[in-house]
Amino acid sequence: METSTATAKIVNLQEKKIVYKTSDLDLWYGENQALKKINLDIMENEVTAIIGPSGCGKSTYIKTLNRMIELVPGVRTSGEILYRGRNILDKSYQVEELRTKVGMVFQKPNPFPKSIYENVAYGPKIHGIRDKKILDQIVEKSLRGAAIWDEVKDRLNQNAYGLSGGQQQRLCIARCLAIEPDVILMDEPTSALDPISTLKVEELVQELKKEFSIIIVTHNMQQAARISKKTAFFLNGEVIEFSETNKIFSTPEDKRTEDYITGRFG
Amino acid sequence: MATQNTNSFSVQKMIQEKKKKKSAGGITEKIMPYILFLTAAVSVLTTIGIVLTLIFETFLFFDAVSIKEFFTAKKWYPFSDTNGSYGILPLVMGTLKVTVIAAIVAVPIGLASAIYLSEYASDRSRRIIKPILEVLAGIPTIVYGFFALTFVTPILREIIPSLEIFNALSPGIVIGIMITPMIASLSEDAMTSVPNAMREGALALGSTKFEVAIKVVLPAAISGIIASIVLGISRAIGETMIVAVAGGSTPNLEWNLTSSIQTMTAYIVQVSQGDAGYGTTIYYSIYAVGMTLFVFTLVMNLLAQYITRRFREEY
Repeated sequence: METSTATAKIVNLQEKKIVYKTSDLDLWYGENQALKKINLDIMENEVTAIIGPSGCGKSTYIKTLNRMIELVPGVRTSGEILYRGRNILDKSYQVEELRTKVGMVFQKPNPFPKSIYENVAYGPKIHGIRDKKILDQIVEKSLRGAAIWDEVKDRLNQNAYGLSGGQQQRLCIARCLAIEPDVILMDEPTSALDPISTLKVEELVQELKKEFSIIIVTHNMQQAARISKKTAFFLNGEVIEFSETNKIFSTPEDKRTEDYITGRFG
Repeated sequence: MATQNTNSFSVQKMIQEKKKKKSAGGITEKIMPYILFLTAAVSVLTTIGIVLTLIFETFLFFDAVSIKEFFTAKKWYPFSDTNGSYGILPLVMGTLKVTVIAAIVAVPIGLASAIYLSEYASDRSRRIIKPILEVLAGIPTIVYGFFALTFVTPILREIIPSLEIFNALSPGIVIGIMITPMIASLSEDAMTSVPNAMREGALALGSTKFEVAIKVVLPAAISGIIASIVLGISRAIGETMIVAVAGGSTPNLEWNLTSSIQTMTAYIVQVSQGDAGYGTTIYYSIYAVGMTLFVFTLVMNLLAQYITRRFREEY
């Protein structure tokens, strides 16, 4: 009996691995505590949504996952975040190595002021891939992956800033795919986009989750409900509730979660 | 209540009354554009006047000296009554030698300091260093001239014994030092104005800070950086006091950097201070040299405009 449960456990582990295991994470901006004792396990090849009102720490948390938060002066952390079993908050963890594995899409589209081609090729190039033929393939594959290839294939050498906001955001996703990351972090990726572009990005996320683990911060609860498998509700720097998205939106356990998703505040 | 009392007057009424008074003096509104236009016209007309004078006097010079001689003769030797030679090339050579040395000194140092200031320096050190750079840019050039002659040249002579007292190397280096703060400061402005979102985008792809600076920020700011370099080089071409003091007055066509030279500007100084009489060929020659100098800087500016347009990365 015991052995069979043990094998069942192992099978279970093999099926779904934990990508990020956050334990007792605290974070301060100077004297201000922005995150309090965060404990979250994020699974691979799933979409995990993080929702919560402004200032609840959701953006802070996602930026901690690739240590972009270090760009803010005076940030301190304690606790640990294991990414594939290694603590990324450990100073010995090379931040460039982490960010090569963990891509990020930002709130506002931020393509480089270069051609569409150069935007996508930038990542592979800085990591040493110089072969023009291989780069061509990477660019096409990434742009296809971001569902924008058909719109830009005839103008790869034009400046990325000639694209619409929605196209720019998908280009940024393509740029991120070009280095074949393991995880994609999305920090309110559709908040600056119109409804149609938003829909396209959401469809894209559905496609991408087959290959990547996606963590998405969103202001839009319907979006979280539509696209994510699990949802974490943040409030004042704490995780109030974290479970299957269905459950959070139908039978939330915590009164505060219910108040938030029914629009009583936030 | 007191507040009600103070509210008993009508603001609208007061505005109407004031307006009536104003429209009597509404003439300001009418003549102001003309006054502003006049002041703008003064500077434009002055420029046109200078260029016209240059052109007229240059024509008078070419009455006495053929254009062919001016551009092809290999000697600049005007101070002779019988066999003077007016070939501009040696003066151009002097100017070029000094300018190239200055650029070799100033461009790398200026760009490196700009990258340091915009990408690495803390806000605090930037606030301290930038004003110092700007003070450096304000030092009178005669001070730099004596710095070159009495400080840099003797040191260089320790290293290169064959160096003459007046030479191209020392003023070239010192002009480079002079224009470095300008290039650094203007390039830093251009790089700082590159939006942070772009740095974040590049960092999030696993770039190091240096890769972000070189591959993202520098190309994004390239138009401003080229503008700063061209401005610096234009100043080097037009720089007068440093070369007049430390460069010497021996126009020559050699590639040698250790011997005495004369630049176009230094020649103009030499003649202006001397007693070349009005109407003599020597007198007119300074206009021809001035014209050449003007064409040089004009070409530099046009080139800069072309390059900035060609390489602009718009965001």
